[in-house]
Amino acid sequence: MNALHQVWSELAGLLVDDGSLAAFAVVLIAVVAGAVKLMNVPPLWGGIALLVGVVAILFESLNRAAKATSVSRKPKRTP
Amino acid sequence: MISLATVLPVVFAAFLASTVEVVEAFTIVLAVGLTQGWRPALTGSVLALLALAVIVVVLAPVLSFVPLEILQFLIGALLILFGLRWLRKAILRASGLMAQRDEEKAFAKETDALRHHAHNQRANYLAGLAAFNAVLLEGVEVVFIVLAVGATRGLTIYAAVGAAAAVVMVAIVGAIVHRPLAKIPENGLKFVVGLMLVSFGVFWTGEGLGVEWPGADWSLFGILVVMVAVSAAGVQWLRPLRRASLTVVK
Repeated sequence: MNALHQVWSELAGLLVDDGSLAAFAVVLIAVVAGAVKLMNVPPLWGGIALLVGVVAILFESLNRAAKATSVSRKPKRTP
Repeated sequence: MISLATVLPVVFAAFLASTVEVVEAFTIVLAVGLTQGWRPALTGSVLALLALAVIVVVLAPVLSFVPLEILQFLIGALLILFGLRWLRKAILRASGLMAQRDEEKAFAKETDALRHHAHNQRANYLAGLAAFNAVLLEGVEVVFIVLAVGATRGLTIYAAVGAAAAVVMVAIVGAIVHRPLAKIPENGLKFVVGLMLVSFGVFWTGEGLGVEWPGADWSLFGILVVMVAVSAAGVQWLRPLRRASLTVVK
């Protein structure tokens, strides 16, 4: 059971590292798919939106990681 | 007729991604072999390879029943998730905000853990289990990559050749040097693989949605160029932040 649990964790870890990054990516893909399939947005525009969205999501995640790193490296105030 | 523009990126992506995973598994198997003997190391590894073969035999035919557009969309979406994870980590490492993976350190950690259990009656079993887990877990990633980059165009066999070449290369180099392969530029490989996986992901998700990309398969290179440019910009953007945070520490 432990081995199975580890394999499952590894499989989940394949796709999800930064939870927000994964969530934003899923939302982006769903929105683009909805726009193309339900709202008749031209597919090529959907593809371009996907590329731009992926870049935006990557930078948002990097920005968050950079902020978290700078906060954790700030010296603690001593009383 | 399958064009080189279609096959080469698939073989290259599978080879590079598998190299990263096989190096990580090799570190653990080597630690087991040198600490507890080659019998548990090889037994654990062979059993894990058999388990992986079962996964491939079960999974590959299932994929052939999924309609192509849905398969492209689903695999493309998974590749975006998977590739973004690798790319983010590679950019953070390249900019210095995240520590590089150290195979020597991973080897020392595993060796210490195995020595701790050396007097245990089940030492051989635990050592074999460590090798089994390492090969299975890293192997699952290799299987995922091979199926993901190969399945949408019926190129699984080419992707498998790329992965097999990585296994053979690491095994030969590992057998010669008999040490953890710390000199392999793992972050550089991860960077390239992350870029390729995200590019494949955007391309195939788009194809699954009915996008007719300008230039057909060649637009994959266009997407790759965009991703290379923005990732390089990301590294340049983060480097000063690292210097600033180090200044704060001083």
